[in-house]
Amino acid sequence: MERKKSLKGSMNGNTVLIFITVALFIAMYAAGCIIYSDKGFSHFQTFLNLLITNAGLICVTCGMTIVMLTGGIDISVGSLIAMDCMILSFGMSMKGLPCIPLIIFVLVIGLVFGLVQGFLVGYLQIQPFIVTMSGLFFARGMTAVICTKQISITKKDSPLFYSWANAKINLPAFLGYKNSRGKTLVPFIRPTVIIALIVVVLVFIMLKYTKFGRTLYAVGGNEVSASMMGLNVKRTKLMAYVMSSFLCSIGAICYCLNTMSGSVQQALGFEMNAIASSVIGGTLLTGGVGNVIGSLFGVFINGTIRTLVTTNGKLLSSWANIATAALLCFFIVLQSIFAYVKDRRKA
Amino acid sequence: MEENVLISMRDITKTFPGVTALDHAELTLRKGEIHALMGENGAGKSTIIKCLTGVYERDAGEISMDGVEGNIFNHSTQDAQKIGIATVYQEVNLCPNLSIAENLFIGREPRKKSGMIDWKTMRRKAQQIMDDLKISVNVSNVLENCSLAIQQMVAIARAVDMNCRLLILDEPTSSLDDNEVAKLFALMRSLKEKGVGILFVTHFLDQVYEVCDRITVMRNGKFVGEYPIADLPRVKLVAAMLGKDLDDLSSIKPEGGKTSGSDVVVEAENLSHKGTIKPFDFKIHKGEVVGLTGLLGSGRSEMVRCIFGADKAQTGTLKMHGKELKANAPIDSIKAGMGFLPDDRKLDGCIGDLSVRENIILALQARQGMFHTLPKSKQNELADKYIDMLQIKTASRETPLKQLSGGNQQKVILARWLCTGPDFLILDEPTRGIDIGTKTEFQKLVLKFASEGMSVVFISSEIEEMLRTCSRMCVMRDGAKVGEIEGDMTQESVMSAIAGGDAK
Amino acid sequence: MSSVKQNIKKITKMRLFFPIFCMILVLLINLIKSSAFFKVAVNNGVLYGRLIDIINRGSEIAILAVGQTLVVAVSAGTDISVGSVMSLAACGCCTMLAGYGVNSATSLAMPMIAGMIGGILLGGLCGAFNGVLVANLKIQPMVATLILYTAARAVGLVLCNNQITYIRYEPYKYLGNFIPGVPIPTAIFITAAVIAVITIFLRKTSLGLYIQSVGVNARASNISGINSKLICFVCYLICGLCAGIAGIVASSRIYSADSNNIGLNFELDSILAVALGGNSLAGGKFSMAGSIIGAYTIQAITTTLLAMGVSTDQAPVVKAIIVILIVAIQAPALRAWMEGRAARKLAAEKAAGQAHAGKEAV
Repeated sequence: MERKKSLKGSMNGNTVLIFITVALFIAMYAAGCIIYSDKGFSHFQTFLNLLITNAGLICVTCGMTIVMLTGGIDISVGSLIAMDCMILSFGMSMKGLPCIPLIIFVLVIGLVFGLVQGFLVGYLQIQPFIVTMSGLFFARGMTAVICTKQISITKKDSPLFYSWANAKINLPAFLGYKNSRGKTLVPFIRPTVIIALIVVVLVFIMLKYTKFGRTLYAVGGNEVSASMMGLNVKRTKLMAYVMSSFLCSIGAICYCLNTMSGSVQQALGFEMNAIASSVIGGTLLTGGVGNVIGSLFGVFINGTIRTLVTTNGKLLSSWANIATAALLCFFIVLQSIFAYVKDRRKA
Repeated sequence: MEENVLISMRDITKTFPGVTALDHAELTLRKGEIHALMGENGAGKSTIIKCLTGVYERDAGEISMDGVEGNIFNHSTQDAQKIGIATVYQEVNLCPNLSIAENLFIGREPRKKSGMIDWKTMRRKAQQIMDDLKISVNVSNVLENCSLAIQQMVAIARAVDMNCRLLILDEPTSSLDDNEVAKLFALMRSLKEKGVGILFVTHFLDQVYEVCDRITVMRNGKFVGEYPIADLPRVKLVAAMLGKDLDDLSSIKPEGGKTSGSDVVVEAENLSHKGTIKPFDFKIHKGEVVGLTGLLGSGRSEMVRCIFGADKAQTGTLKMHGKELKANAPIDSIKAGMGFLPDDRKLDGCIGDLSVRENIILALQARQGMFHTLPKSKQNELADKYIDMLQIKTASRETPLKQLSGGNQQKVILARWLCTGPDFLILDEPTRGIDIGTKTEFQKLVLKFASEGMSVVFISSEIEEMLRTCSRMCVMRDGAKVGEIEGDMTQESVMSAIAGGDAK
Repeated sequence: MSSVKQNIKKITKMRLFFPIFCMILVLLINLIKSSAFFKVAVNNGVLYGRLIDIINRGSEIAILAVGQTLVVAVSAGTDISVGSVMSLAACGCCTMLAGYGVNSATSLAMPMIAGMIGGILLGGLCGAFNGVLVANLKIQPMVATLILYTAARAVGLVLCNNQITYIRYEPYKYLGNFIPGVPIPTAIFITAAVIAVITIFLRKTSLGLYIQSVGVNARASNISGINSKLICFVCYLICGLCAGIAGIVASSRIYSADSNNIGLNFELDSILAVALGGNSLAGGKFSMAGSIIGAYTIQAITTTLLAMGVSTDQAPVVKAIIVILIVAIQAPALRAWMEGRAARKLAAEKAAGQAHAGKEAV
């Protein structure tokens, strides 16, 4: 009877993908705990370090998920991070500017960047790939225009920024462990983690409980239908790219707090990580399906792969990139197969 | 306005560059009535609806609606929706990735005091709506997991909930099975009782007679007539739709009627393709011209696409010259000696940016293979030959195809297939959109090819045309082959066969 | 219309107008800045001069543009992996020649030509990978090639064991520099050869016709007997091979495999070359000659920017703006908006004219 709340009805191939994601993460993490138990992998701090290192990626991935929901993509995020970090580093280190105005400036840059890209995609209807690829090269070029050397931010440049970067927020001690010298090491996180988690919560609420959030899904599901139902497709797409670049700037600030530096080569290929995290987290490339919780787990998987590679010590860090790309490829092919099966079933 | 009239459209005219889509057309829709709009391709059905719903701006004419002041001009579908006109298309215009409840309420979701969407209320209200319309379904289900029938009903439910007064259903039953059609009709009747006016656009004759109260027939952009269903027997309806055309070229008659005894060129047994054509048998002899007749949507194009391999046949066998032919892709059929002129030349025929010459030699080149390029001189020779034979009006053989008129484009596509020298040629609506003089040429050519030994399948909406060229006709209705006519054929006998049912 | 206006219209409608116009523009700017631009001298038995430099250094872009043109034409998509594939091909070649793990080799572990062909074939493999994803699995070209955009470079690094592998073997440098006794840079010959081979292949076989046919209307092409999937696959394969060749040339210039830097930003240049060549990024008919001219124009732009003090790291800013301008002008939405404006203006004029006439009549 169609009336019964069928699990099958409210689920579809895409929910299956999320289950795969979470299962994959648990499996990987567990494997790490088993294989590298001697290197302290199973300590709670390892997971917390995952959060600390990837706070920036979490913010960026949330923005990427928003854009991908509309069926688009934003490959300029890595370069935007580089540009923002360079602005912060150059401003604080070379020009001695205070960090708060710089942070505000970086956020404004994010908004403007997103506005331009959003206009080109939403109103001029140029392919998102071409627009954001141009954004990618524009931002990376601008990074070099600002400064071609690598700049580090020291305590002297901005004591405030430095303190934020090194602040520790301690968690309850019972989650800690005793190290080899008998000292209890209390698990901690940094302020960037709080920022990232707040971003995730806010984006989650927006996607689920606001009209704009649901419009994103509608536009990604069927643009023509959405337009016919009276939704403003162009403006929705514009706002999606504004949000992506804005969240990317927030992520850039977290990233900068981690690396305390700016360089032309920074965050090269970062967009791949964000896209991979999103796709692995269950976001469909064709749009209309996706959620930030899945993307969060996608980031976890991404981070776990990287941690596994570094913990090994013998593998080159490039293997992490290769593994991520392979996983991305796997999920893209899986999505393609699901779509094919669905089409055949319809016919 | 007259009592009970909901919408009145008069003297509607709409032209596009080079073609008059609507010529003083009219349409009257009443409250609480299910009204069928019928006509063949190019009749103007979809154009007049688009003028009403705001997709097109009409050139002239008046639209008045009960309760709304003055001449109505809808500039967008939103405008139409505001005055209560809603359309449900065949490709359901909802979002497949959202749940039923969401699709019902998108853009107008119930909110909590905090401004956030109230999912609980939305689900409750949605379930209520579906229950009221006696549609049994769980509103939390994602739309694309539901059958197409349910999806259509959700689209209708949304329209009804948004207080529509006129519901336009555009080909809603094409992909439904009998059960689902019955449910849809039940829903339509309950809406009718509520006073909603329904405009039902379909090509299924049986369904029209089952559920509609009145029929408006259009042809060539003009209004032909409006009839209460009881006053219009099927044959008369078909006659009104197909009409008698201006030509009087009865001097052309098919030669050498009987071809029994000559070799069977193509033989298809139990061929079918899921969703488009039910299993059918087909046989054609050397030098024979067979027509496929039936209304638009009856499965004519689908049948020949299946034979040619454009839609891969899923059951049955196909034999050519006695040998079995497994057509996995069109190239297999082409190599075996088949040719296929598709009915949608824009989608399946024209390669607009390529020149006339390139378009003409394309299939022949494909048959020869990539490494055996036709020498330029040979290409020019072939192009000139067919430009001459078919009297193609083009500045030169290098002109891009998209610059030619529709009729000349059609001739070029025909040339493409003639170029391959096929033994079996399928012509699907070859004379659509072509001037009367050229139509005659085409018909003469078909007879000439047949006399030279080519087997031809000829599909046309104009029965007279086929009577002039075909020695045998296959009759299609509702996606299946229902019969064959041979021997002495007349317009009346063919139309009867098409109409079927209780042909009064 | 006066005959001058008619002639101007005729010229602007010519296929190669846009690329030639851009090229002339860039050359003029250079000429104005320094008259020595066109000077060609012979130093140490080899040709020397700014112009020669452009034609020499533009070789990689020209080779990439050949492959990219086909990809754009057949699938209305772009292959963004070409830069990374260049790097992978270079790393593969050098690792094969030097032996795995060897940082600097003065003697070769295998014949030079074998290593080079190996590198090119690696490029072809990448092209085949992209081709399968796009043609058979129907994944959007942008997304499909995005995978190799990251992975290829990383694989290259792994092949070279995370170091820059040097081939200090004289003949290896010939490809990217000069063959002793020949005044013209070798890269120019390689480029000419690639262009010649592809052009002959496109003309002598029907591949050129098929590619355009599939790019314009894949459905109609299928019905006419063309195997659209296969044609699409072949285009991506050729693009991969071109990237491989370009990678070997780039590697030969610096007689090493610098995984992080070879091919960096070249994907933008190749797409820009195709766009500047007057080819529509929406696929269909293509002009190989246009793309080649576009490729050298890009190189000229890069060189010009360098002369103006804009480093190679900073040049992408200008190029990004150029791409956006070209694509925005091509955008149908813009054209529709401008046509809408013109129509509204016309309607307003008509209405004003009628009102005026009405007023006059009264």
